[in-house]
Amino acid sequence: MQYTRTVEALKEGTVIDHLPAGQGMKILRLFKLAETGERVTVGLNLSSRHMGAKDIIKVENIALTEEQANELALFAPRATVNVIENFEVVKKHQLELPETIEGIFDCPNSNCISHGEPVKSFFYVKPTATDTKMKCKYCEKVFSKDIVAEVK
Amino acid sequence: MANPLYRKHIISIPDFSREELELVVDTAGRLKHSPRNDLLKDKLIGSCFFEPSTRTRLSFETAVQRLGGNVIGFADGGNTSAKKGETLADSIKIIGSYTDAVVMRHPKEGAARLASQFSAVPVINGGDGSNQHPTQTLLDLFTIKETQGTLENLTVAFVGDLKYGRTVHSLTQALSQFNCRFYFVSPEALAMPDYICEELDEKGVQYTLVSSLDDVIPQVDILYMTRVQRERFDEAEFKKIQGKYVLRADMLANARTNLRVLHPLPRVDEIATDVDSTPHAYYFEQAKNGVYARQALLALVLNETV
Repeated sequence: MQYTRTVEALKEGTVIDHLPAGQGMKILRLFKLAETGERVTVGLNLSSRHMGAKDIIKVENIALTEEQANELALFAPRATVNVIENFEVVKKHQLELPETIEGIFDCPNSNCISHGEPVKSFFYVKPTATDTKMKCKYCEKVFSKDIVAEVK
Repeated sequence: MANPLYRKHIISIPDFSREELELVVDTAGRLKHSPRNDLLKDKLIGSCFFEPSTRTRLSFETAVQRLGGNVIGFADGGNTSAKKGETLADSIKIIGSYTDAVVMRHPKEGAARLASQFSAVPVINGGDGSNQHPTQTLLDLFTIKETQGTLENLTVAFVGDLKYGRTVHSLTQALSQFNCRFYFVSPEALAMPDYICEELDEKGVQYTLVSSLDDVIPQVDILYMTRVQRERFDEAEFKKIQGKYVLRADMLANARTNLRVLHPLPRVDEIATDVDSTPHAYYFEQAKNGVYARQALLALVLNETV
């Protein structure tokens, strides 16, 4: 099958590639990429030789940090995150599940004190055999990562 | 060298090492037998109860005064600036600047942890929503040590509402550091939550889920009763389980002589009053021990050596 480039090349910014199909919009929302004011190109259900179908996000002029890339690992551990400068890949992030996550998600427990106080949410991340669990530093409740992501 | 709890916040039982738990228990024992009235001399403690409480607040305030300290505070958050919309972070920053330590209870989970991030003085958690109540666990441990002579290798049955009962969650977490084994006796709808069972599995702690109280009584050293709240069930369901988790004196006929019955109180009808006069009843002494456990904690947090 002939492989054609379906998304325009990026001069400066970050390419988040090899997202499982269906995760693209979720990542866009969770990481507030649409709110950056920069041009964002999103490809959904693109054909992929390895994955069958994949999503891709390109954000201009923003370089994702190591920490942000690791937070992505919660949802798409096999995604590739490439930082681009002048059309060249200058950094390929190796995604590793972070030990803690600060400020991205709200605590799903509505009675948790982290809501309405001057603190960022904070979770300890713990991979299990079948899931990734997140424990809120404040209310100490443990949630499946999907429940935490749904709330945001 | 300062004791390991000196100037520390007391927020949650999993923060404690085994040595720190033993230090509080042993100090409580010493203070019970040799009272001291000087350990909080010239100290002012903030007693901040954003939610009402009877035993916890009164035993904390008794502990402070018995150790020679003074208390300021409030017994109901309705009369404070929290009602006007002030954040807990701001309230605690101010109260911490007036006092040497803050004891607090709050209806929201995580309140004490948050307060500790904004307070210049130690914060002691007197209960945060359905989350933690560490001083109850410390007084439970002290009572168990007092009645059994050890915390090691004991068999403990927890009975009643194990799903919502924060005291049973914290006590299992603490006792799992002492090679104890557990029986969890509850209706299925109020069983121990999965996350606690998973924690115990990870630590290799032995536990058994059982539905009949009679079967476990001859096998245990401690019978830790809790209240099954009627409002958690519809009427028909409640009728089915009603009475199954109630302890009566005749059920203790085959109990070990060292068995002691504990309860965080208030009890309603889950321990019949005829148990009170048996040698196994220890829940009122347990409530009294709350003062010594809280004295120990305050003394350790506010003195380099005790």
